[in-house]
Amino acid sequence: MGLQYVGLKEINGPLVVLDNVDNASFDEVVEIRLDDGTQRLGRVVEISGKRVVLQVFEGTKGLSMTNTRTKFTGKPMELALSSEILGRVFSGAGKPIDGLGDIFPEKTADINGHPLNPVSRTYPRNYINTGISSIDALMTLIRGQKLPIFSGSGLSHNKLAVQIVRQAKIAEDNGQGFAVVFAAMGVKNDVADYFRRSFEESGVLQRVVMFLNLSNDPIIERILTPRCALTAAEYLAYEKNMHILVILTDMTSYAEAVREFSSSKGEIPARKGYPGYLYSDLASIYERAGVINGSEGSITQIPILTMPNDDITHPVPDLTGYITEGQIVLDRGLEQSGVYPPISVLPSLSRLMKDGIGEGYTRADHSAVSNQLFAAYAKVSDARALASVIGEDELSELDKAYMRFGRMFEKYFVSQGEEENRSIDETLDLGWNLLSLLPKSALDRVDEKLLEEKYNDKAEELFQ
Amino acid sequence: MNTVFSINGPVVKVKDTTDFSMLEMVYVGAKKLVGEVINMSSEETTIQVYESTTGLKPGEPVTGSGMPMSAVLGPGIISNIFDGIERPLKKLEEISGAFIGEGSMVSSLDTEKKYSVTMKVKVGDSIKGGDIYAVCPETPVIEHRCMLSPYLKGKITWVAENGDYRINDVVAKLRKDDGTEVELTLCQKWPIKQARPFTNRLPINKPLITGQRVIDTVLPIAKGGTAAIPGGFGTGKTMTQHQLAKWCDADIIVYIGCGERGNEMTQVLEEFSELVDPRTGKALTDRTVLIANTSNMPVAAREASIYTGITLAEYYRDMGYHIAIMADSTSRWAEALREISGRLEEMPAEEGFPAYLPSRISEFYERAGYVRNLNGSEGSVTIIGAVSPQGSDFSEPVTQNTKRFVRCFWALDKALAYARHYPAINWNDSYSEYMDDLSEYYEENVNPEFMKCRLEITKILHEENKLMEIVKLIGSDVLPEDQKLIIEIARVVRVGFLQQNAYHKDDTYVPLEKQYLMMKAILCLYEESKKAVASGVTAAALLETGLFEKVIKVKYDIPNDKPEMFRLLNVEIEQGIKKLVQEVV
Repeated sequence: MGLQYVGLKEINGPLVVLDNVDNASFDEVVEIRLDDGTQRLGRVVEISGKRVVLQVFEGTKGLSMTNTRTKFTGKPMELALSSEILGRVFSGAGKPIDGLGDIFPEKTADINGHPLNPVSRTYPRNYINTGISSIDALMTLIRGQKLPIFSGSGLSHNKLAVQIVRQAKIAEDNGQGFAVVFAAMGVKNDVADYFRRSFEESGVLQRVVMFLNLSNDPIIERILTPRCALTAAEYLAYEKNMHILVILTDMTSYAEAVREFSSSKGEIPARKGYPGYLYSDLASIYERAGVINGSEGSITQIPILTMPNDDITHPVPDLTGYITEGQIVLDRGLEQSGVYPPISVLPSLSRLMKDGIGEGYTRADHSAVSNQLFAAYAKVSDARALASVIGEDELSELDKAYMRFGRMFEKYFVSQGEEENRSIDETLDLGWNLLSLLPKSALDRVDEKLLEEKYNDKAEELFQ
Repeated sequence: MNTVFSINGPVVKVKDTTDFSMLEMVYVGAKKLVGEVINMSSEETTIQVYESTTGLKPGEPVTGSGMPMSAVLGPGIISNIFDGIERPLKKLEEISGAFIGEGSMVSSLDTEKKYSVTMKVKVGDSIKGGDIYAVCPETPVIEHRCMLSPYLKGKITWVAENGDYRINDVVAKLRKDDGTEVELTLCQKWPIKQARPFTNRLPINKPLITGQRVIDTVLPIAKGGTAAIPGGFGTGKTMTQHQLAKWCDADIIVYIGCGERGNEMTQVLEEFSELVDPRTGKALTDRTVLIANTSNMPVAAREASIYTGITLAEYYRDMGYHIAIMADSTSRWAEALREISGRLEEMPAEEGFPAYLPSRISEFYERAGYVRNLNGSEGSVTIIGAVSPQGSDFSEPVTQNTKRFVRCFWALDKALAYARHYPAINWNDSYSEYMDDLSEYYEENVNPEFMKCRLEITKILHEENKLMEIVKLIGSDVLPEDQKLIIEIARVVRVGFLQQNAYHKDDTYVPLEKQYLMMKAILCLYEESKKAVASGVTAAALLETGLFEKVIKVKYDIPNDKPEMFRLLNVEIEQGIKKLVQEVV
């Protein structure tokens, strides 16, 4: 279709309106040529008879009402795919920006994807050893899961994500068939650079596909970024049989882009100005994690989001938590007291963990020790609340034991080095030793026989 | 020919036509996307499309189907998994692979499979709506009863031989009073947004037994009742729904995964086909229908999934079965309403939800009930809806409006979930209005003292709740001994009774008899301890006997089929405490 339309009827933020258009189809991509010959991409977002509303990916700056030429391509937004995308860097809209030229496509795919049929899914059971005690023992990451990191500005979520990538890789057949798809949405240049350097240092850079939409890039591109990244991930996972870890950061910036776009379209806002469809929109991203019957590959997602004002009830973390299969919550208090990774254990959770641990996966006693650690640590917060009122000296012996357990748990279990890669046996044994700081009668989640076997009477000496 | 005029996401408009009727099902565009007429004026007809509209163009044809959005009802529903508009997902997989494409026209039920049909009428019989004219085994546990569509009646003029038939084969002919003849097959259609009629409602007085102690004993639900499970993420809504779907004593379970995770539906599929129904000895899938509209599937079909589910349930109710519907989650359904409403540019009420949200919610829950059917049989539909309040805030519109229309409220609590106390149903915030209706049943069928024991147990929890306010301020050491005892016994109730382990073979389902005996054991311990405290024994000394821990572990130590072991336990408690009293005093 060579037909071009000259001139625009209206420009409003990232939206452009055209009149007298024939044959436009919903969601198709348009090419917009400016006065100076540069070209931008856009997408049809609304059609009303011959009136068409377009969303311009690179923004509407510099567009003129009269001389802008618009060409309809007749197909939805597609991404060029081939195995060569490994090791490359793309813009948020999927254009190569590393100066190495275009991809010679083996195929192209609609970036919006299609919903995965629930009967075609395989229930994820294969656990990923991250080497991080608190994650492996208490919120085990499963291949095919979507497990977000809920963080706040200034917390060490990036460090944690890099450590997961580095250590998760080693567990499986020397990193063969493993790749990372990294999507940056509205992050600062140095954060993107930190990831790139870290990937390079750990030797995975050749197995990373990067999609970068930095904080000063257009917001419409930001809406496309995770979709491009997941289309690449789906291609690698389901057609090239690779295990893909997708890191999406920062989902809060993504949601803000959606909000900005929604308000420029004049839509009715729901909570905090976010559009009513934010849930469906986020789901269309997160639900693209999984394992398909008969395919060897998988997509595991670790979205990172910063909770505005550390508020877990803010719409973005809230809706995310309803879609994802658990969450890893970071805590500012822990970070400030020098605990790395600052994982707040109680609100963190992995929903898929129960079927991926135990005999045949990790160790038979895994679920017992993790349940008991959770229950005991919940008591610690009660004891702390009480101690802050009446002072620690006035606590009962049991509560004092809990206070001590809590301190040791944070110091020896949650806290670990950035390079420290603990095996699952080390982690679980450490858990039992810590639990042994408490009297046997307080460990009511554990079977007596197991308790006799694992209880360490000399635990006091281990932790000082 | 009518053509598409405007497109905005799932909302499509057609100009200048009067060919359609309200709520009519239509096919949109060259791909024949399924849609429904939701608004009409003389200038414009508004259609919501149940599939993705990517690639749709103005000028593409829109054709009507002549009838409202309907479900196909017939054998083949049970054990199946459908999407929100009753398309079988396994068939879709065969057609379009692992990813669902658009415009896939498949019939809802298997049209090739033959069922062994036994006719229940003979030539000359006069039958009316709801009457059963044929039966066939649908699964090993469910007999399918083909009923005359509710508003038909007439005389049978022809009947097929008993034998094997497909769902669209004619098995009988009926002459209506006006002389026209109707061919009867094994299936019929029914509009999903219209409740199926029944003769009258019956009083609700039988419990839906779930085997979950906190529900059966403390917060029971009746057959034909309604319950809501609100809870923030990670509090175990889905887990609770799964437990109920597995163990409750309904004949058929309709599980609606409305806007939830794909992996959860896969889990249900896998788990239910492996699990054995304790009542029938057959696989749980033989009594389960799944409706899966996961969060990434089209939003308009999410709205329909709830109605499809309840229509299937009502159909089986009409046959005389007891159905339980698990809707997970109704909040996603409400959000789908909000999204469509926003696209229609309707005036929003609270938090962007449309003003008709309460009436839609009440319409849905009112389709529950224990009824006498048109054919005289009794059946029930119980609705258990999960609610996902935004930000775990129970004052948001969906939770509040749901609360007004359900009589059972099982509030899930984050603090309990963090402490891994499951099911995390908070006994202070939750309530059940069915207690009075059901007390007779419990007293007659379980034990005459059941309700008395229940009251004692809830009293202990209530007392503890009051005492905890003090403990939070000054610690438990300063309490007098009898109050310390309450705190300790409440711990036994919480850990030993309310907390239940879904992964333990005995504890995952506990019969009412054992629930009663467990209460009895706790109360026996309490009574004896109270006496001991009165004669000067400290609570700490009582704890050292190990009896409290023993009662807590009773749920694991005494198997479900050995209730007689409780007698020994009670003797042990009495003697243990008596000995302690003798030593101290």
